[in-house]
Amino acid sequence: MTEEKKTATTELEENEAPAVHEPKPLKEPIVRIVKREDMKFAQRIAVRLTGIVLALLVSAIVIYAITKYNPITVYETMISGAFGTRTRIWSTVKEMLMLTCIAVGLAPAFRMRFWNIGAEGQVLVGGIVTAGCMIYLKDLPSPVLFAVMFCASMLAGALWAFLPALFKAKWNTNETLFTLMMNYVAIQLTSFAVAKWENPFGSNTVGVINQNTRAGWFPTVLGTQYFLNVVLVLLLTVFMFVYLRYTKHGYEIAVVGESENTARYAGINVGAVIIRTLLLSGAVCGLAGCIAVSGASHTISTSTAGGRGFTAIIVAWLAKFNTFTMLLISLLLAFLDSGAGEIASKCKLNDYASQMIIGIILFFILGSEFFINYRLIFRKSGKEAA
Amino acid sequence: MAETAIALKHVTKTFGSVVANDDVTMEIRKGEILSLLGENGSGKTTLMNMLSGIYYPDGGEIFVDGNKVTIRDPKDAYELGIGMVHQHFKLVDVFTAAENLVIGIDSHKKLNRKEIAESMRWICEKYGFRMDPEKKVYDMSVSEKQTLEIIKVLYRGARILILDEPTAVLTPQETEKLFAVIRNMKEDGKTVIIITHKLHEVLSVSDRVAILRKGAYIDTIETAKADESILTEMMVGEKVELNIERPEVKDKKKRLTIQNLTCYNAEGVKVLDDVSFNVYGGEILGIAGVSGNGQKELLEAIAGLQSAAPEAQIDYFLPDAEEKIPLLGKTPRQIRDLGVHLSFVPEDRLGMGLVGTMGMAENMMLKDYRSGKSFFVGKKHPKELAEKIREELGVVTPGISTPVRRLSGGNVQKVLVGREIAENPTVLMTAYAVRGLDINTSYTIYHLLNEQKMKGVAVIYVGEDLDVLMELCDRILVLCGGKVNGILDGRTAKKEEVGLRMTKLQNDSAPKKKTAKKSEEGAAK
Repeated sequence: MTEEKKTATTELEENEAPAVHEPKPLKEPIVRIVKREDMKFAQRIAVRLTGIVLALLVSAIVIYAITKYNPITVYETMISGAFGTRTRIWSTVKEMLMLTCIAVGLAPAFRMRFWNIGAEGQVLVGGIVTAGCMIYLKDLPSPVLFAVMFCASMLAGALWAFLPALFKAKWNTNETLFTLMMNYVAIQLTSFAVAKWENPFGSNTVGVINQNTRAGWFPTVLGTQYFLNVVLVLLLTVFMFVYLRYTKHGYEIAVVGESENTARYAGINVGAVIIRTLLLSGAVCGLAGCIAVSGASHTISTSTAGGRGFTAIIVAWLAKFNTFTMLLISLLLAFLDSGAGEIASKCKLNDYASQMIIGIILFFILGSEFFINYRLIFRKSGKEAA
Repeated sequence: MAETAIALKHVTKTFGSVVANDDVTMEIRKGEILSLLGENGSGKTTLMNMLSGIYYPDGGEIFVDGNKVTIRDPKDAYELGIGMVHQHFKLVDVFTAAENLVIGIDSHKKLNRKEIAESMRWICEKYGFRMDPEKKVYDMSVSEKQTLEIIKVLYRGARILILDEPTAVLTPQETEKLFAVIRNMKEDGKTVIIITHKLHEVLSVSDRVAILRKGAYIDTIETAKADESILTEMMVGEKVELNIERPEVKDKKKRLTIQNLTCYNAEGVKVLDDVSFNVYGGEILGIAGVSGNGQKELLEAIAGLQSAAPEAQIDYFLPDAEEKIPLLGKTPRQIRDLGVHLSFVPEDRLGMGLVGTMGMAENMMLKDYRSGKSFFVGKKHPKELAEKIREELGVVTPGISTPVRRLSGGNVQKVLVGREIAENPTVLMTAYAVRGLDINTSYTIYHLLNEQKMKGVAVIYVGEDLDVLMELCDRILVLCGGKVNGILDGRTAKKEEVGLRMTKLQNDSAPKKKTAKKSEEGAAK
């Protein structure tokens, strides 16, 4: 061995060779996370309920600490805000149906792992087209007008989803950015439509369309003007559930979502499935726009979608793409929303305070999913320390 | 009696409901080469990962040099002088060899490239490696990357080296080189633990063999006192017949001809170069080659999943007619619709052959869910088929609707092979059909392939274990650099020759008419 190499050796040993004979007093990590797959159905429910109870407790503490109000009163106000009167119940239900409808529209795309975050835009263009029909075709017989409205809004939504789908299928572009940007185009289009249909002049709003004739408004059935909303959304919910679970199309969507390679191996035309699925997804979102305009607000503005296109993403995910669960989640979110609005005005709470409560509750609901999938192991205290 | 380097006492590790290591108590002696032998899923890697700080044991104690230690992360392991080379390399592609050595070392010293390179050269010389410190990782072959991983572990001062299935990616020649290095390390007083399931390697390189079965420690025996059948019995827990049958080819019928097949991958690199051969019904055609030499593209081209250069031709001959059907340019669906029963067990089982989140039943209909006019999928037939396969092949699963990705590797493969065979194929292509499977399952698969062969099916078997290829296949086609580098008779071929052809192009295999073209290409470069 040459002199130089010897130096290298000693250096190596000095630098690298650790003092192995005096191991540091290392301790077991305080907490470790372990995956679990064995949780029973009842346990899952129990974890979720615990989550909600904890959320209410923490919110109560926060409410009391900040406002000195009695938390029970605040919760009562929330409930009465959402379900206190017939009008309030319907308003909450209307909101829930909107969220469900959009989430149902997102379900096939998400099932295929196509991140359609353009529901906001798809709803808006559906709404614009519906408003246009109501304004220009108000003299048509009612059934024809409705048929035209439904078809046109679905076409518009489908077109809005078709463009990103085509680019994804042909050139594998990123659908997240594309669908997101399509939202802004839709918002600008809405501004244009509002300017064009302004009524009364100078108000910078469209106002209530066909206030006197009620042409193109969903009819009042069984004493409620939201009858058609309920029927349409429930039909869509059932249809989408069956479509995703029991049809050949649904099977193809699941395979493409899991792995494009597997899909190609199985002889599935991946591009065609992407485009077909997004046409459906966009169409349902477009129809949601129609429901929002013709079945609820009877007007169009840039806030017609009002962020529901994004909230629906949360709904779809929390429901794990099960359309019936979406009804429940939507109800929860709609309840929180109207309840929060109520406490903001009734208890003279700042709007942000009520948003905080919503945040706390959502946080605990999401948190319980973590405890359903993972287990924590804590260091056995004292035993090793000695 | 040799000193003890590492002692494990009652070490237990569980993942959810799966017990990966159950009360393992064993010793590793200083300066020995210890083989850790066991079937897949027997907990070898998990056990070693606890020594190298990847996992933390749920119970039990670890002693290094007689001291009780707690290994929380790889850094702790290095401080104790334990280093592990994982099966999947952990290198940064765009860095040089020397740079990769020092990543992650927590030191406030200035980075001295010259010093690093010097130490690296010194390690190489001492143990007989060959490695240029300035070479980038993306320019390295698999075997070079592995070498670098070993140097990295040595550079960090490991006295105890753990190698996880190091030979899985190497040719026989490279394996020999690696073993020479391992012996050098032993000379130098290092302790080496090799995780493997290849028996002949165990016998040729190690001093002692420790055997794990289903997470439990069985025993450690001196290699000198062991032979293949003893080890297998300890590993499996019962006597296993270690001979692969190779029934005589009865009635060879031409089933596929592949002519002038040239393919390019997504990056435009030529992966198959003018490949031509025939496939016959009633024989098993083995395809040997270092992984990534065009095997994947070859099978996918036949299956209709890979496009090819225009002069290529793949023709299929119907069993009872002279008529031939060109396959190239058709999609898998079109090929099916023509009545060609082509079954394909791809390398990526869960990423291509099966849908991991779906159960057995739903996976059964992957290829024929379209049958029937109904808008809805028929679920009755797939369920029956799934039950049948579960019973006949002994698939261990909680139920036919349990997602298949939750099954063990062997069971996943049984599901896939079962489905492909259930289609009554005339051509059955398999890529690395026994990779990662335990001995019993592997022999089940060999048996199934032989059954198909006897039925007159043309079987294509892409494999990596040369011993198996030599025992199972009637003919062996060697791929090297995307070229056919000889087609040998499986009954007479020598292992060394196949190994050589895998790594070095032979003159006799290059088609003569193409020589002129090749030299043109060379000039163009």
